[in-house]
Amino acid sequence: MDIEKANTEATQRMMEARPIATTLAKAIDVVPGIHENMLLHAGPPVTWERMSGPMKGAMMGALIFEGKAKNGEEAEKMLASGKIEFSPCHEHMCTGPMAGVISPSMLVYVVENQTHGIKCFSNPNEGRGKVLRMGAYSPEVIEKLRWMESTLGPTIKAALEAIGGIDVRAIISKALHMGDDGHNRLDAASVLWTAQLAPYIAKTAKDSATAFETIKFLGENALSILNPVMAGCKSMTFAGHNIEGSTIVTIMARNGTDFGIKVSGLGDQWFTAQSPIVKALYFPGFTEADACRDIGDSVITETAGIGGFAMATAPALVTFIGGVPKDAINTTLDMYEITYTEHKHFTIPFLDFRGTPTGIDIRKVVEKQITPRVNTGVAHKDPGVGQVGAGVVSAPMGVFEDALVAFADKYGF
Amino acid sequence: MAFIKSEIRSGVYYDSVVLMKLQRSLSEQPGVLDAGVVMGTDANKDVLEQSNLLIDEVKGAGANDLIIVVKGENEASAQTAIAKVDELVAARKSGNVDQEYRSKSLESAANRLPASQWVLISVPGRYAADVTRQALGLNKHVFLYSDNVPLKDEIALKQEAARKGLLVMGPDCGTAIVNGIGLGFANKIRRGPIGLVAASGTGLQQVSVRIHQMGGGLTHAFGTGGRDLSEDVNASTARQALDLLSRDPDTKVIVLVSKPPSPKVADELIEAARLVGKPVVVNFIGYSTAMRKMDNVTFVTTFDETAELAVQLSKAVNHKDLMSDLNLERFSSGQRYLRGLFSGGTLAYEAQLILKDYLPAVYSNAPLKKELRLADSLVSKEHTLIDLGEDEFTVGRLHPMMDNDLRIRRLEKEAGDPRVAVILLDVVLGFGAHADPASELAPAIAKARKTAEDGGRYLEVVAVVSGTDEDPQEMTSQIQMLEDAGAIVETSNDVAARYVGRLLRSIGEKDLSATEHPMVSVNLSTFKQPLAAINVGLDSFTESLVAQGAEVIHVDWRPAAGGNEKLMAILERMKSK
Repeated sequence: MDIEKANTEATQRMMEARPIATTLAKAIDVVPGIHENMLLHAGPPVTWERMSGPMKGAMMGALIFEGKAKNGEEAEKMLASGKIEFSPCHEHMCTGPMAGVISPSMLVYVVENQTHGIKCFSNPNEGRGKVLRMGAYSPEVIEKLRWMESTLGPTIKAALEAIGGIDVRAIISKALHMGDDGHNRLDAASVLWTAQLAPYIAKTAKDSATAFETIKFLGENALSILNPVMAGCKSMTFAGHNIEGSTIVTIMARNGTDFGIKVSGLGDQWFTAQSPIVKALYFPGFTEADACRDIGDSVITETAGIGGFAMATAPALVTFIGGVPKDAINTTLDMYEITYTEHKHFTIPFLDFRGTPTGIDIRKVVEKQITPRVNTGVAHKDPGVGQVGAGVVSAPMGVFEDALVAFADKYGF
Repeated sequence: MAFIKSEIRSGVYYDSVVLMKLQRSLSEQPGVLDAGVVMGTDANKDVLEQSNLLIDEVKGAGANDLIIVVKGENEASAQTAIAKVDELVAARKSGNVDQEYRSKSLESAANRLPASQWVLISVPGRYAADVTRQALGLNKHVFLYSDNVPLKDEIALKQEAARKGLLVMGPDCGTAIVNGIGLGFANKIRRGPIGLVAASGTGLQQVSVRIHQMGGGLTHAFGTGGRDLSEDVNASTARQALDLLSRDPDTKVIVLVSKPPSPKVADELIEAARLVGKPVVVNFIGYSTAMRKMDNVTFVTTFDETAELAVQLSKAVNHKDLMSDLNLERFSSGQRYLRGLFSGGTLAYEAQLILKDYLPAVYSNAPLKKELRLADSLVSKEHTLIDLGEDEFTVGRLHPMMDNDLRIRRLEKEAGDPRVAVILLDVVLGFGAHADPASELAPAIAKARKTAEDGGRYLEVVAVVSGTDEDPQEMTSQIQMLEDAGAIVETSNDVAARYVGRLLRSIGEKDLSATEHPMVSVNLSTFKQPLAAINVGLDSFTESLVAQGAEVIHVDWRPAAGGNEKLMAILERMKSK
């Protein structure tokens, strides 16, 4: 068996993937395997008992949104009863930021990797503040979800279809040259996204008030492109999944309780360990004691070669760790130590347009004892509160070591 | 009682993360209970309200106003903290911006410094072989400082290095100087024409400092590691280094130093030294030899004597006989034999005596001993030296000192033999001898060389001219004619015979080494470039390279898999499959 060949194939497929955001649709209509009594969530599988606060809160909000519960109390009872099935987004070609809860009637972006014919999905971003993905489920949160369902979603859908789809990979490539990392800092990408949508929204929206509201919401939200970027990254890494003999990581994801990975050559097996605490800067009034353990599927961006791996393109982010711009460069240089190749399409001006470190190789992670660095937001540990800060975190070493041992078992090393 | 102090700054903009950082710094000030630093948007004011920091003074701030609120244990602590805002913002900027990135692996360091020719390794011994293997895999020479490297690893690593034309200096090599840059522990020695090879760290240092003090200087000084001259390692590195210095045009004199070597390995190394075509000074501690000098090799016993002789030899002008490059590549592969065509009987005899030291057997019609007698004087066998003045040739004709006819015909015949590499002949001048021998011999030599050239070969013709400048033939013009014909001319039979001996023995060795030792010559050009290195291990080695102006990348080395044996074993198996 030739590991090098397998890894070359896996990473080439990841880089050749070209995700296009084509439309929005109800999850129940497009997401494989979802059903009326199922809620999708971020990270590896988790039970209600072990579920983190913000994920519980988001689940409760989702049931209220679905009309299955009238309030938090009722929702909590229902969720604890076992009547609702929980399943990781990743098992359904989805990715969700933070709690990552996607319910059957929510609208999701359809992002299609047109190189390999792989469709991935993610819900529209709710903006900052009190939002479901951070575990908030107050009436204003549900109200916003309803507005997104009735107004924002259909308006963007019409515009995307009128455009004929937006090339997500092209936007990421440009945004990396505009100071974004592609995960935690998406200011430039969101502007590019909005700029492409805006004329078509103006053209296709049912009235100018709707167009105004939608464009304003997209324009004010520096993370408006996060979810399509995540679905795009998922469609890239999935293209590299299930290559026999490959040691490349194709999923990293956390649910606020566990951090999990999947490896290309190891099929559907999750390798999990306790999710780490994020080193972060906190909003006024909050401290690390309030923080939920690392949570969300957004780390799919690092898995695809951006985010923390492209930190050198986003030096402004270093202030999260109290660092200096040089730290951003060093973070990216560190990630070259554990990746298989350098990205063909995502490049770093400061490093002479070197490609971003791409394709986490479990062999290198274990050998060098360096784990992937992730840029991320931090949710409050209790349901209903929301975001409390943002910072950086390193994946736990144990999952990579376990995966290496499993790889050796499977392939007889 | 808690006291809240605030400040509003209009028209300033800071990135939100900068503000968060500032807020954290403020919170860490003595006596501060909480702090908020935000732009005055409604959303941010809500956040302040939740933390009970939205006092009346700041409620009126707008989206373009910076709000700073500090809650202190008392008024003084709040006031002190808020007065520090500018200082705290400024403090951020004086961070350690120039901190250089440190590679975490050899592989990435090599990517960052592709021009690096050397890897310095000073990791714990049990990991050193593995790192060395990686370095060789990246085609780098290795300075291996680590000790406690198992002997079998040393042998395997040096064999691999020899196959790739790379040097492994060490293990347990403390010092070396490459292209003027000291590796490990090394003194500042001026550049000069002496090259050093040492299986002794302090020996290398002592000899090199004495050379410097005596006004001499070094091209390179290679350490080999203390076990290199043992029978097991078989001088693998010393041979390579010797070969390298022999080909280095800047190195005029070579010094070999070793702690007590294996006598067998020492003998072999000395044999190799006799072939390098440069003066070699040998100081093998505890190695005794009957002779003080053997061709180009001189034996000394103290470091001082070593340095003194090396400096003296490096300053001597006339090393023509020794310095000349043998240029073995001129000869084609089948060429290996000498044909000596002498007119003078005793010259022929002395030549055979001298060649005995260099060649296994020289056949002759007038041999040193009867086993070496040619069956047929007209038919050469392997190395052959003919005395054409013997009676068998002079029946019915003049002595070859007067008549060149027979010699010229034999010369033509030998030149057509594809196994012949060298022709050695004498030209005796003086009263009674041919009046102008070169006028006949020179064209014949030119023709012989042309014959070989037409056959795709190179024929070396060496002529010993025996005469004085007052002889009637005019020695200088005789020499000039022969040289114009392409001959190497010597006036000493001894020098000529030794040169021919060294040349032929080297040709034989070359054939031998091609088949027996798959050693690839170390590429000399990498030693002409400014030294660039990767250092794995001791910080001080990086610092001293930087101080010497060499390009260097330091690797923050850690054992693979954090030293976890099980995981290391898996990784190793995955690499080897």
